[in-house]
Amino acid sequence: MALLTLNDVCMGYEHMLAVEHVTAVIDAGDYVAIVGENGSGKSTLIKGIAGLMGLRSGSIKLGDGLKQGEIGYLPQQTRAQRDFPASVMEVVLSGCLKGSGSSLFFSKQDKQRAQHEMQRLGILPLKNHCYGELSGGQQQRVLLARALCATEKLLLLDEPMTGLDPAATAELYDQIRMLNRERKVAVLMVSHDVGGALRDATKVLCMHQTMAFFGTVQDFYSSHYSDELTGGDHHHV
Amino acid sequence: MFDTLIELFSYPFMQRALIVGILVSLSAALLGVSLVLKRYSLIGDGLSHVGFAAMCIALALNLAPMIVSIPLVVVAAFLLLRLNDSSHIKGDAAIALISSTALALGVIVASLRQGMNVDVSSYMFGSLLAVDTNDMYMSVALSLLVLALFVVFYHRIFAVTFDEQFAKATGTNVNLYNMLIALLTAITIVIGMRMMGTLLISSLIIFPALTAMRVLRSFKGVVLCAAALSMFCMIAGLVCSSLMSIPAGASVVMVNAIMFGLFSLISMIRKA
Repeated sequence: MALLTLNDVCMGYEHMLAVEHVTAVIDAGDYVAIVGENGSGKSTLIKGIAGLMGLRSGSIKLGDGLKQGEIGYLPQQTRAQRDFPASVMEVVLSGCLKGSGSSLFFSKQDKQRAQHEMQRLGILPLKNHCYGELSGGQQQRVLLARALCATEKLLLLDEPMTGLDPAATAELYDQIRMLNRERKVAVLMVSHDVGGALRDATKVLCMHQTMAFFGTVQDFYSSHYSDELTGGDHHHV
Repeated sequence: MFDTLIELFSYPFMQRALIVGILVSLSAALLGVSLVLKRYSLIGDGLSHVGFAAMCIALALNLAPMIVSIPLVVVAAFLLLRLNDSSHIKGDAAIALISSTALALGVIVASLRQGMNVDVSSYMFGSLLAVDTNDMYMSVALSLLVLALFVVFYHRIFAVTFDEQFAKATGTNVNLYNMLIALLTAITIVIGMRMMGTLLISSLIIFPALTAMRVLRSFKGVVLCAAALSMFCMIAGLVCSSLMSIPAGASVVMVNAIMFGLFSLISMIRKA
Protein backbone atom coordinates (compact mmCIF):
# COMPACT_ATOMS: atom_id res chain seq x y z
CA MET A 1 0.00 0.00 0.00
CA ALA A 2 1.18 3.51 -0.69
CA LEU A 3 2.90 5.25 2.19
CA LEU A 4 2.75 8.66 0.57
CA THR A 5 0.61 9.84 -2.29
CA LEU A 6 1.58 13.20 -3.72
CA ASN A 7 -1.08 14.54 -6.00
CA ASP A 8 -0.29 17.59 -8.13
CA VAL A 9 1.56 19.29 -5.27
CA CYS A 10 2.42 22.99 -5.69
CA MET A 11 4.31 24.96 -3.05
CA GLY A 12 5.84 28.40 -2.87
CA TYR A 13 7.29 31.28 -0.88
CA GLU A 14 5.41 34.57 -0.94
CA HIS A 15 5.40 35.59 -4.60
CA MET A 16 7.19 32.70 -6.17
CA LEU A 17 6.50 29.08 -6.77
CA ALA A 18 9.20 26.63 -5.71
CA VAL A 19 7.52 23.33 -6.42
CA GLU A 20 5.01 22.76 -9.20
CA HIS A 21 2.79 19.82 -10.07
CA VAL A 22 4.57 16.99 -8.32
CA THR A 23 2.68 13.72 -8.53
CA ALA A 24 4.29 10.61 -7.11
CA VAL A 25 3.49 7.52 -5.10
CA ILE A 26 5.96 6.29 -2.51
CA ASP A 27 5.50 2.78 -1.15
CA ALA A 28 6.55 1.25 2.13
CA GLY A 29 10.22 0.27 1.99
CA ASP A 30 11.09 2.54 -0.95
CA TYR A 31 14.42 4.38 -1.03
CA VAL A 32 13.85 7.52 -3.04
CA ALA A 33 16.67 9.87 -3.97
CA ILE A 34 15.44 13.40 -4.61
CA VAL A 35 17.93 15.03 -6.95
CA GLY A 36 18.13 18.25 -8.90
CA GLU A 37 20.11 21.42 -9.10
CA ASN A 38 20.32 24.11 -6.41
CA GLY A 39 17.01 25.89 -5.96
CA SER A 40 15.07 23.26 -7.84
CA GLY A 41 12.63 22.77 -4.96
CA LYS A 42 14.03 19.59 -3.39
CA SER A 43 14.15 20.82 0.20
CA THR A 44 10.85 22.63 -0.17
CA LEU A 45 9.16 19.42 -1.24
CA ILE A 46 10.61 17.62 1.80
CA LYS A 47 9.29 20.39 4.05
CA GLY A 48 5.86 19.95 2.55
CA ILE A 49 5.91 16.22 3.25
CA ALA A 50 7.15 16.83 6.81
CA GLY A 51 4.23 19.19 7.36
CA LEU A 52 6.45 22.23 7.92
CA MET A 53 5.07 24.22 5.02
CA GLY A 54 1.58 24.48 3.61
CA LEU A 55 0.75 23.53 0.04
CA ARG A 56 -0.49 26.02 -2.52
CA SER A 57 -2.56 23.34 -4.16
CA GLY A 58 -2.68 19.61 -4.54
CA SER A 59 -2.53 17.13 -1.71
CA ILE A 60 -0.18 14.84 0.17
CA LYS A 61 -1.93 11.79 1.55
CA LEU A 62 -0.40 9.53 4.15
CA GLY A 63 -1.29 5.85 3.93
CA ASP A 64 -0.38 2.50 5.42
CA GLY A 65 -1.07 3.69 8.96
CA LEU A 66 1.48 6.51 8.77
CA LYS A 67 0.53 9.53 10.88
CA GLN A 68 1.79 13.07 10.35
CA GLY A 69 3.70 13.15 13.64
CA GLU A 70 5.44 9.85 12.90
CA ILE A 71 7.79 11.09 10.24
CA GLY A 72 11.47 11.00 11.09
CA TYR A 73 12.84 14.23 9.72
CA LEU A 74 16.54 15.05 9.55
CA PRO A 75 16.73 18.75 8.71
CA GLN A 76 19.71 20.57 7.32
CA GLN A 77 21.78 21.56 10.32
CA THR A 78 21.69 25.11 11.58
CA ARG A 79 24.75 26.85 12.91
CA ALA A 80 23.13 27.41 16.30
CA GLN A 81 22.97 23.67 16.86
CA ARG A 82 26.64 23.00 16.42
CA ASP A 83 27.58 24.45 19.81
CA PHE A 84 24.37 23.57 21.60
CA PRO A 85 24.95 22.32 25.16
CA ALA A 86 23.07 19.04 25.09
CA SER A 87 24.10 15.47 25.73
CA VAL A 88 23.63 12.88 22.99
CA MET A 89 21.02 11.14 25.12
CA GLU A 90 19.01 14.34 25.50
CA VAL A 91 18.98 14.91 21.76
CA VAL A 92 18.01 11.33 20.86
CA LEU A 93 15.29 11.20 23.53
CA SER A 94 13.69 14.34 22.15
CA GLY A 95 12.72 12.21 19.14
CA CYS A 96 10.36 10.28 21.41
CA LEU A 97 8.12 13.29 22.00
CA LYS A 98 5.03 12.91 19.92
CA GLY A 99 2.38 15.54 19.48
CA SER A 100 1.08 17.67 22.30
CA GLY A 101 -1.41 15.15 23.59
CA SER A 102 0.90 12.46 24.85
CA SER A 103 2.52 12.33 28.26
CA LEU A 104 4.83 15.10 29.37
CA PHE A 105 7.70 12.98 30.58
CA PHE A 106 9.67 10.15 29.05
CA SER A 107 8.66 6.62 29.91
CA LYS A 108 10.97 3.69 30.45
CA GLN A 109 10.09 2.44 26.96
CA ASP A 110 11.13 5.79 25.49
CA LYS A 111 14.51 5.51 27.16
CA GLN A 112 14.95 1.93 26.02
CA ARG A 113 14.02 2.90 22.50
CA ALA A 114 16.56 5.72 22.50
CA GLN A 115 19.26 3.36 23.79
CA HIS A 116 18.33 0.80 21.18
CA GLU A 117 18.56 3.27 18.30
CA MET A 118 21.88 4.59 19.55
CA GLN A 119 23.22 1.04 19.78
CA ARG A 120 22.08 0.28 16.24
CA LEU A 121 23.90 3.32 14.91
CA GLY A 122 26.99 2.66 17.02
CA ILE A 123 26.77 5.82 19.12
CA LEU A 124 25.78 4.29 22.45
CA PRO A 125 29.29 4.88 23.87
CA LEU A 126 28.79 8.60 23.13
CA LYS A 127 25.57 8.71 25.17
CA ASN A 128 26.80 11.22 27.72
CA HIS A 129 29.00 13.23 25.39
CA CYS A 130 28.16 16.77 24.42
CA TYR A 131 26.44 16.97 21.05
CA GLY A 132 28.35 20.10 20.11
CA GLU A 133 31.73 18.43 20.63
CA LEU A 134 31.10 15.51 18.25
CA SER A 135 32.41 15.26 14.71
CA GLY A 136 30.05 16.08 11.85
CA GLY A 137 29.48 12.41 11.05
CA GLN A 138 28.72 11.57 14.67
CA GLN A 139 26.30 14.50 14.91
CA GLN A 140 24.41 13.25 11.87
CA ARG A 141 24.16 9.78 13.38
CA VAL A 142 22.76 11.30 16.57
CA LEU A 143 20.14 13.15 14.55
CA LEU A 144 19.39 9.97 12.62
CA ALA A 145 18.87 8.10 15.90
CA ARG A 146 16.54 10.86 17.00
CA ALA A 147 14.59 10.61 13.77
CA LEU A 148 14.31 6.84 14.25
CA CYS A 149 12.80 7.38 17.69
CA ALA A 150 10.04 9.32 15.98
CA THR A 151 9.26 6.89 13.19
CA GLU A 152 9.04 3.26 12.19
CA LYS A 153 8.13 3.90 8.61
CA LEU A 154 9.48 6.99 6.92
CA LEU A 155 12.73 8.95 7.10
CA LEU A 156 13.04 12.32 5.40
CA LEU A 157 16.69 13.27 5.03
CA ASP A 158 17.61 16.73 3.82
CA GLU A 159 21.20 16.79 2.51
CA PRO A 160 22.48 14.51 5.28
CA MET A 161 26.00 14.33 3.84
CA THR A 162 26.68 18.07 3.84
CA GLY A 163 30.01 18.83 5.46
CA LEU A 164 31.03 15.21 6.03
CA ASP A 165 34.37 13.80 4.94
CA PRO A 166 34.34 10.88 2.46
CA ALA A 167 34.76 8.21 5.14
CA ALA A 168 31.92 9.57 7.26
CA THR A 169 29.76 9.94 4.15
CA ALA A 170 30.30 6.31 3.15
CA GLU A 171 29.48 5.16 6.67
CA LEU A 172 26.27 7.19 6.80
CA TYR A 173 25.19 5.79 3.41
CA ASP A 174 25.80 2.28 4.74
CA GLN A 175 23.70 2.92 7.79
CA ILE A 176 20.85 4.44 5.83
CA ARG A 177 20.90 1.45 3.47
CA MET A 178 20.87 -0.92 6.45
CA LEU A 179 17.83 0.87 7.90
CA ASN A 180 16.06 0.71 4.58
CA ARG A 181 16.87 -2.90 3.72
CA GLU A 182 16.71 -4.53 7.15
CA ARG A 183 14.08 -2.50 8.93
CA LYS A 184 12.08 -1.64 5.83
CA VAL A 185 12.06 2.05 6.72
CA ALA A 186 11.15 4.06 3.65
CA VAL A 187 13.76 6.73 2.92
CA LEU A 188 13.35 10.00 1.06
CA MET A 189 16.72 11.65 0.70
CA VAL A 190 17.54 15.00 -0.81
CA SER A 191 21.06 14.89 -2.13
CA HIS A 192 23.62 16.83 -4.12
CA ASP A 193 25.76 13.76 -4.43
CA VAL A 194 23.80 12.09 -7.23
CA GLY A 195 26.20 9.20 -7.78
CA GLY A 196 26.30 8.31 -4.08
CA ALA A 197 22.58 8.65 -3.51
CA LEU A 198 21.66 6.53 -6.53
CA ARG A 199 23.90 3.64 -5.52
CA ASP A 200 21.44 2.57 -2.82
CA ALA A 201 18.20 4.17 -3.99
CA THR A 202 15.40 2.22 -5.62
CA LYS A 203 13.62 5.23 -7.07
CA VAL A 204 14.59 8.69 -8.25
CA LEU A 205 12.62 11.90 -8.10
CA CYS A 206 14.32 14.58 -10.16
CA MET A 207 13.18 18.11 -9.44
CA HIS A 208 13.41 21.08 -11.72
CA GLN A 209 10.76 23.19 -10.00
CA THR A 210 8.33 20.87 -11.73
CA MET A 211 8.88 17.17 -11.38
CA ALA A 212 11.22 16.30 -14.23
CA PHE A 213 11.43 12.59 -13.57
CA PHE A 214 10.02 10.01 -11.21
CA GLY A 215 10.77 6.33 -11.60
CA THR A 216 13.28 3.59 -11.02
CA VAL A 217 17.01 4.18 -10.96
CA GLN A 218 17.52 2.15 -14.15
CA ASP A 219 14.99 4.22 -16.05
CA PHE A 220 16.58 7.38 -14.70
CA TYR A 221 20.01 6.41 -16.05
CA SER A 222 18.60 5.74 -19.46
CA SER A 223 16.85 9.11 -19.50
CA HIS A 224 18.58 12.34 -20.49
CA TYR A 225 18.05 13.87 -17.01
CA SER A 226 20.82 11.82 -15.51
CA ASP A 227 23.28 13.15 -18.09
CA GLU A 228 22.39 16.71 -17.18
CA LEU A 229 22.97 16.11 -13.48
CA THR A 230 25.97 13.84 -13.55
CA GLY A 231 27.55 15.15 -16.71
CA GLY A 232 27.19 11.68 -18.27
CA ASP A 233 29.53 10.25 -15.68
CA HIS A 234 27.86 7.12 -14.39
CA HIS A 235 29.82 4.25 -15.83
CA HIS A 236 30.58 3.01 -12.32
CA VAL A 237 27.00 1.78 -11.95
CA MET B 1 29.53 39.92 59.79
CA PHE B 2 27.04 37.14 60.51
CA ASP B 3 25.19 39.28 63.02
CA THR B 4 24.93 42.10 60.53
CA LEU B 5 23.37 39.71 58.04
CA ILE B 6 20.83 38.42 60.53
CA GLU B 7 19.95 41.95 61.47
CA LEU B 8 19.67 42.88 57.81
CA PHE B 9 17.22 40.12 57.02
CA SER B 10 15.10 40.86 60.03
CA TYR B 11 13.74 43.90 58.21
CA PRO B 12 10.42 43.06 56.49
CA PHE B 13 11.37 44.95 53.30
CA MET B 14 14.57 42.94 53.07
CA GLN B 15 12.68 39.68 53.50
CA ARG B 16 10.25 40.66 50.79
CA ALA B 17 13.08 41.63 48.47
CA LEU B 18 14.81 38.33 49.14
CA ILE B 19 11.72 36.22 48.46
CA VAL B 20 10.83 38.05 45.26
CA GLY B 21 14.47 38.21 44.20
CA ILE B 22 15.06 34.49 44.54
CA LEU B 23 11.88 33.53 42.70
CA VAL B 24 12.46 36.03 39.90
CA SER B 25 16.08 35.05 39.45
CA LEU B 26 15.11 31.39 39.31
CA SER B 27 12.41 31.95 36.67
CA ALA B 28 14.64 34.25 34.65
CA ALA B 29 17.53 31.80 34.66
CA LEU B 30 15.38 28.88 33.45
CA LEU B 31 13.81 30.87 30.64
CA GLY B 32 17.16 32.45 29.86
CA VAL B 33 18.73 29.14 28.84
CA SER B 34 16.13 28.69 26.15
CA LEU B 35 16.14 32.34 25.04
CA VAL B 36 19.93 32.56 24.77
CA LEU B 37 20.13 29.32 22.80
CA LYS B 38 17.38 30.45 20.45
CA ARG B 39 19.33 33.67 19.87
CA TYR B 40 16.61 35.76 21.53
CA SER B 41 18.89 37.21 24.20
CA LEU B 42 17.75 40.76 23.61
CA ILE B 43 14.07 40.02 24.00
CA GLY B 44 14.34 40.69 27.73
CA ASP B 45 15.87 44.08 27.04
CA GLY B 46 13.05 45.05 24.68
CA LEU B 47 10.36 43.83 27.05
CA SER B 48 11.76 45.63 30.05
CA HIS B 49 11.55 48.92 28.17
CA VAL B 50 7.95 48.20 27.29
CA GLY B 51 7.44 47.47 30.99
CA PHE B 52 8.95 50.85 31.83
CA ALA B 53 6.49 52.62 29.54
CA ALA B 54 3.63 50.64 31.07
CA MET B 55 4.72 51.59 34.59
CA CYS B 56 4.86 55.28 33.69
CA ILE B 57 1.38 55.06 32.18
CA ALA B 58 0.04 53.23 35.23
CA LEU B 59 1.52 55.84 37.52
CA ALA B 60 0.08 58.68 35.48
CA LEU B 61 -3.36 57.08 35.56
CA ASN B 62 -3.08 56.06 39.21
CA LEU B 63 -3.47 52.37 38.45
CA ALA B 64 -1.66 49.43 39.97
CA PRO B 65 1.59 49.04 37.95
CA MET B 66 1.41 45.26 37.52
CA ILE B 67 -2.17 45.29 36.26
CA VAL B 68 -1.22 47.65 33.45
CA SER B 69 2.20 46.29 32.67
CA ILE B 70 1.53 42.54 32.53
CA PRO B 71 -0.94 42.67 29.63
CA LEU B 72 1.09 45.28 27.77
CA VAL B 73 4.36 43.41 28.11
CA VAL B 74 2.73 40.12 27.15
CA VAL B 75 1.34 41.70 23.98
CA ALA B 76 4.77 43.16 23.22
CA ALA B 77 6.34 39.73 23.72
CA PHE B 78 4.00 38.12 21.18
CA LEU B 79 4.61 40.98 18.80
CA LEU B 80 8.38 40.56 19.07
CA LEU B 81 8.10 36.86 18.35
CA ARG B 82 5.96 37.57 15.30
CA LEU B 83 8.40 40.17 14.02
CA ASN B 84 11.23 37.73 14.59
CA ASP B 85 9.56 35.18 12.34
CA SER B 86 8.70 37.58 9.56
CA SER B 87 11.41 38.28 7.08
CA HIS B 88 10.62 41.97 6.63
CA ILE B 89 12.33 43.29 9.75
CA LYS B 90 15.12 41.27 11.33
CA GLY B 91 14.66 40.22 14.94
CA ASP B 92 17.36 42.37 16.50
CA ALA B 93 16.21 45.44 14.60
CA ALA B 94 12.61 44.77 15.66
CA ILE B 95 13.65 44.65 19.31
CA ALA B 96 15.61 47.89 19.00
CA LEU B 97 12.59 49.61 17.41
CA ILE B 98 10.14 48.51 20.05
CA SER B 99 12.44 49.14 22.98
CA SER B 100 13.42 52.69 22.02
CA THR B 101 9.84 53.62 21.14
CA ALA B 102 8.61 52.31 24.48
CA LEU B 103 11.36 54.12 26.37
CA ALA B 104 10.48 57.37 24.60
CA LEU B 105 6.80 56.90 25.37
CA GLY B 106 7.55 56.24 29.04
CA VAL B 107 9.75 59.30 29.38
CA ILE B 108 7.15 61.51 27.67
CA VAL B 109 4.34 60.28 29.90
CA ALA B 110 6.54 60.73 32.95
CA SER B 111 7.59 64.27 32.07
CA LEU B 112 4.03 65.35 31.29
CA ARG B 113 3.10 64.41 34.80
CA GLN B 114 4.87 66.55 37.37
CA GLY B 115 6.79 65.24 40.32
CA MET B 116 7.39 61.82 38.90
CA ASN B 117 11.14 62.08 38.53
CA VAL B 118 11.98 60.22 41.69
CA ASP B 119 9.81 57.26 40.75
CA VAL B 120 11.18 57.15 37.24
CA SER B 121 14.71 56.87 38.52
CA SER B 122 13.71 54.02 40.81
CA TYR B 123 12.11 52.24 37.84
CA MET B 124 15.24 52.66 35.81
CA PHE B 125 17.64 51.35 38.40
CA GLY B 126 15.41 49.43 40.76
CA SER B 127 14.81 49.69 44.45
CA LEU B 128 14.52 47.19 47.25
CA LEU B 129 11.95 49.37 48.96
CA ALA B 130 9.71 49.20 45.90
CA VAL B 131 8.49 45.71 46.76
CA ASP B 132 5.39 46.01 48.98
CA THR B 133 3.37 43.15 50.44
CA ASN B 134 0.88 43.03 47.57
CA ASP B 135 3.68 42.96 45.04
CA MET B 136 5.23 40.14 46.96
CA TYR B 137 2.12 37.93 46.95
CA MET B 138 1.59 38.54 43.27
CA SER B 139 5.24 37.85 42.50
CA VAL B 140 5.22 34.62 44.46
CA ALA B 141 2.09 33.41 42.67
CA LEU B 142 3.37 34.33 39.21
CA SER B 143 6.85 32.93 39.76
CA LEU B 144 5.41 29.65 40.96
CA LEU B 145 3.31 29.54 37.79
CA VAL B 146 6.39 30.16 35.65
CA LEU B 147 8.35 27.46 37.47
CA ALA B 148 5.50 24.94 37.29
CA LEU B 149 4.96 25.47 33.56
CA PHE B 150 8.69 25.24 32.90
CA VAL B 151 8.98 21.95 34.76
CA VAL B 152 5.86 20.45 33.16
CA PHE B 153 6.91 21.39 29.64
CA TYR B 154 10.65 20.95 30.16
CA HIS B 155 11.14 18.28 27.48
CA ARG B 156 9.07 20.15 24.92
CA ILE B 157 10.93 23.36 25.65
CA PHE B 158 14.16 21.48 25.05
CA ALA B 159 12.88 20.04 21.78
CA VAL B 160 11.67 23.40 20.52
CA THR B 161 14.89 25.10 21.60
CA PHE B 162 17.17 22.53 20.03
CA ASP B 163 15.40 22.05 16.73
CA GLU B 164 12.12 23.75 15.86
CA GLN B 165 11.88 22.08 12.47
CA PHE B 166 12.17 18.57 13.84
CA ALA B 167 9.80 19.31 16.71
CA LYS B 168 7.24 20.61 14.24
CA ALA B 169 7.62 17.59 11.99
CA THR B 170 6.93 15.25 14.92
CA GLY B 171 3.70 17.06 15.70
CA THR B 172 4.76 19.43 18.48
CA ASN B 173 2.90 22.71 18.36
CA VAL B 174 6.01 24.86 18.07
CA ASN B 175 4.14 28.17 18.02
CA LEU B 176 2.34 27.30 21.23
CA TYR B 177 5.61 26.66 23.05
CA ASN B 178 7.26 29.74 21.62
CA MET B 179 4.30 31.74 22.87
CA LEU B 180 4.50 30.03 26.23
CA ILE B 181 8.16 31.00 26.55
CA ALA B 182 7.35 34.58 25.52
CA LEU B 183 4.48 34.76 28.01
CA LEU B 184 6.57 33.44 30.88
CA THR B 185 9.42 35.80 30.00
CA ALA B 186 7.07 38.78 29.95
CA ILE B 187 5.65 37.90 33.36
CA THR B 188 9.10 37.34 34.85
CA ILE B 189 10.31 40.68 33.59
CA VAL B 190 7.37 42.61 34.98
CA ILE B 191 7.79 40.99 38.39
CA GLY B 192 11.50 41.61 38.57
CA MET B 193 11.48 45.10 37.12
CA ARG B 194 10.59 47.09 40.25
CA MET B 195 13.43 45.60 42.18
CA MET B 196 16.11 45.20 39.52
CA GLY B 197 15.24 48.19 37.40
CA THR B 198 14.40 48.42 33.73
CA LEU B 199 18.00 48.73 32.66
CA LEU B 200 19.24 45.69 34.51
CA ILE B 201 16.46 43.11 34.53
CA SER B 202 17.38 41.64 31.17
CA SER B 203 20.79 40.67 32.51
CA LEU B 204 19.03 38.25 34.88
CA ILE B 205 17.93 36.35 31.79
CA ILE B 206 21.22 36.36 29.92
CA PHE B 207 23.97 36.05 32.52
CA PRO B 208 23.18 32.79 34.34
CA ALA B 209 22.63 30.86 31.10
CA LEU B 210 25.84 32.14 29.51
CA THR B 211 27.85 31.55 32.68
CA ALA B 212 26.58 27.98 33.03
CA MET B 213 27.35 27.28 29.36
CA ARG B 214 31.03 28.11 29.93
CA VAL B 215 31.45 24.94 31.93
CA LEU B 216 28.53 22.56 31.49
CA ARG B 217 27.84 20.54 28.38
CA SER B 218 24.35 19.09 28.80
CA PHE B 219 21.04 20.94 28.65
CA LYS B 220 19.91 19.67 32.04
CA GLY B 221 23.26 20.59 33.56
CA VAL B 222 23.11 24.08 32.11
CA VAL B 223 19.53 24.59 33.34
CA LEU B 224 20.28 23.42 36.88
CA CYS B 225 23.55 25.30 37.11
CA ALA B 226 22.02 28.51 35.73
CA ALA B 227 19.20 28.26 38.28
CA ALA B 228 21.57 27.74 41.21
CA LEU B 229 23.96 30.46 40.04
CA SER B 230 21.17 32.92 39.50
CA MET B 231 19.80 32.46 43.01
CA PHE B 232 23.26 32.65 44.53
CA CYS B 233 24.06 35.86 42.66
CA MET B 234 20.75 37.36 43.70
CA ILE B 235 21.35 36.68 47.41
CA ALA B 236 24.97 37.82 47.27
CA GLY B 237 23.97 40.90 45.28
CA LEU B 238 21.25 41.90 47.73
CA VAL B 239 23.60 41.48 50.68
CA CYS B 240 26.28 43.61 49.02
CA SER B 241 23.67 46.16 48.06
CA SER B 242 22.57 46.71 51.64
CA LEU B 243 25.99 46.50 53.20
CA MET B 244 27.57 48.92 50.75
CA SER B 245 24.48 51.08 50.13
CA ILE B 246 24.55 50.60 46.36
CA PRO B 247 21.48 50.02 44.13
CA ALA B 248 20.27 46.41 44.28
CA GLY B 249 20.01 45.88 40.52
CA ALA B 250 23.54 47.06 39.82
CA SER B 251 24.91 45.02 42.66
CA VAL B 252 23.25 41.79 41.45
CA VAL B 253 24.48 42.37 37.90
CA MET B 254 28.02 42.93 39.14
CA VAL B 255 27.99 39.65 41.07
CA ASN B 256 26.69 37.92 37.93
CA ALA B 257 29.48 39.48 35.88
CA ILE B 258 32.10 38.31 38.37
CA MET B 259 30.72 34.77 38.26
CA PHE B 260 30.80 34.87 34.47
CA GLY B 261 34.47 35.84 34.60
CA LEU B 262 35.18 33.06 37.07
CA PHE B 263 33.44 30.41 34.98
CA SER B 264 35.19 31.61 31.83
CA LEU B 265 38.47 31.20 33.65
CA ILE B 266 37.56 27.66 34.70
CA SER B 267 36.67 26.81 31.12
CA MET B 268 39.97 28.24 29.86
CA ILE B 269 41.99 26.32 32.43
CA ARG B 270 40.14 23.13 31.51
CA LYS B 271 40.92 23.52 27.84
CA ALA B 272 44.57 24.35 28.43
